[in-house]
Amino acid sequence: MRRTTYIQALNEALREELQRDEEVFLIGEDIGHYGGLFRVTRNLLAEFGEKRVLDTPISEQAFMGMALGAAIVGMRPVVELMYMDFTLVAADQIFNQIAKYRYMTGGLLRTPIVIRGQQGGGKRYGSQHSQSVDSLYAHFPGIRVVAPATPYDAKGLLKTAIRDDNPVAFLEHKMLYFTRGEAPPPEEEYLIPIGKADIKRAGSDLTIATFSYCLLQALEAAETLQQEHGIDCEVVDLRTVEPLDTETVWESLAKTGRLLAVHESYANCGVGAELVARAYEEAPHLLRAPARRLGMAPVSIPVSRALEEEALPWKEEIIATALEMSRR
Amino acid sequence: MKQAEMASHIQTLADGPAQPRAEADDQTGAALLPASITTNALPSESKSAIDVPELDIELLLDMYRKAFLIRLLEKALLAAAEEGQIGGAMHTAIGHEANAIGAAYALRSGDYITCTYRGHHHGIAWGMDPGRSIAEVMGRRDGFAKGKGGSMHFVSPQHGMMGANGIVAAQVPHAAGLALASQLRGERKVAITFFGDGAMFQGVMHETFNMAAKWKLPLIFYCENSRYSEMTPIWRTSSIKDIYLFPRAYGMNSMQIDGNDVEVVHAAVSQAAERARSGNGPTFIEGITYRLAGHMAGDLETYRPPEEVEKQLAHEPLTVLRNKLLARGVEQARISDIEEEVDEAIDEAVSFAEKSPWPDAAETYLDMFSESTSEER
Repeated sequence: MRRTTYIQALNEALREELQRDEEVFLIGEDIGHYGGLFRVTRNLLAEFGEKRVLDTPISEQAFMGMALGAAIVGMRPVVELMYMDFTLVAADQIFNQIAKYRYMTGGLLRTPIVIRGQQGGGKRYGSQHSQSVDSLYAHFPGIRVVAPATPYDAKGLLKTAIRDDNPVAFLEHKMLYFTRGEAPPPEEEYLIPIGKADIKRAGSDLTIATFSYCLLQALEAAETLQQEHGIDCEVVDLRTVEPLDTETVWESLAKTGRLLAVHESYANCGVGAELVARAYEEAPHLLRAPARRLGMAPVSIPVSRALEEEALPWKEEIIATALEMSRR
Repeated sequence: MKQAEMASHIQTLADGPAQPRAEADDQTGAALLPASITTNALPSESKSAIDVPELDIELLLDMYRKAFLIRLLEKALLAAAEEGQIGGAMHTAIGHEANAIGAAYALRSGDYITCTYRGHHHGIAWGMDPGRSIAEVMGRRDGFAKGKGGSMHFVSPQHGMMGANGIVAAQVPHAAGLALASQLRGERKVAITFFGDGAMFQGVMHETFNMAAKWKLPLIFYCENSRYSEMTPIWRTSSIKDIYLFPRAYGMNSMQIDGNDVEVVHAAVSQAAERARSGNGPTFIEGITYRLAGHMAGDLETYRPPEEVEKQLAHEPLTVLRNKLLARGVEQARISDIEEEVDEAIDEAVSFAEKSPWPDAAETYLDMFSESTSEER
């Protein structure tokens, strides 16, 4: 094993899949000559050429729609949205077209497209560049939704996503890009299945089910809860939001009896609401206290550091909620 | 930036990389007439002068058969809708037949088409089976998409029909993507996309113009200008009079043609396909046509007087083609035979569709997600 950044892991996954399958190509804004705003596609144009790494104008609807056109005849486009907020700019092509195409055509055509990019707050980009779109994507059937938190998971899941025959929203996080973690060297290929959660911290008192950057916040919160309050949290990294690996969550819940779902998209109608609802529907006998969910406060995301941190469902809020739940 | 610097900056941009203006004008610029295509103009008053070779009589007869088939299929569907056999929105292409036929016959097997929700005529022109088509519109099991797509989502990859679309202009970038795939793979396939005048004012159309022209995609944009965007004529919604001039701003060749004459459409699309196949990029064709039936089944058509429709009947596609055949010595009896054959074929198609069972309830849950990956192929 060696240590690598999240960005480097993504870059390696893209390189390996470009090498492996000539139908794979990358398309997006500033991804070629510039190497991507966040350098995820760095050096790939030089290595693979202009037929594999396509710089586009700022025309999200058109290049998203073009990805569909290429995908239905067997190519495997990997589309970068510079900010996942731009999902909303390309929404017709993503939700009305890509997500539905297989179904509308009675299974005649597939749309194996990866839509990837970074989302989330923490860098003071404000209301239109800090949103989390995981819950939005998960609301529509037809798209797999993946949101890895570690370099290891990011690489293994991106490779799987590119090979998957479904469209996959691959949600990175701007706060994760420069984080480091262990990963095998490039010559040791590995894949991580879509739809499998991973227990990142074992515990016995309370299950925190989360994903993306909130995982790091949850792990820190769990340490504090252990050291200062003697509460032993199990932290489940969902890794995939659609499909949700409820089996792993219920197994954890069988030990702890308490479920807290945490994510950065809005709590209202969010992934956490879904998970909590399913807990009541499918595993009510495991709940020893009311299940809870935490998400972004129901406000547009402010720029000021003081306000943004208030709105984000991070460590302090996780700790406070866990304490409330543990008192019951 | 100082005033003088700014001026020189603008100058640089204006003088910048080779302007394609001259190239774009070579087709049609000289043939511009002062009058624009208004609601009442006949398709034959369109503006681009192109060479139109006479097609072989047998080919024209085959085209007539297809055009008549489309006409009767649409009428049968309207009748079925009136009987309550068809739900939702259904948009027929009565009056648009020549656009579809002329184009389909100008392209090759292996080429691709996407189109708008007014797409029955394209499906039939590209070879889709009338019985299965009607079954699809009726939501029956034998529809090509098992009844899941319906009237607005005609699709048959084996015929190159890669999808009609319910969202105005959404199918346009899809065709650009098909053209891109052909280009990236080094194939010589061409994609054509059909849309109406209403689609001209969707943003994604302009995004796609720009990318297709810049990347020289093997793509044909074909606007079926029916003079009405749904229920509203475009002079009410835009100050642009000649929509075929739009794409020239993006450095694309364009022409405005009589969309009701199969030979004209065939010539224009052949020219555009040749340009696309030889790596010289996209072409925009504005086919002037006229929608003889309502926007959709059940349209009250309060927006146009019956006299306007009557005026257009003199130059509707079937009449134009029939007159052409008679003028070139084809016997009326031969045409009547074709019409009778088609009439019978449509009766059979309707009866096939009506007998087709409903899909099983279990079908509801199939086709949303795929379980396969690229590793399995």
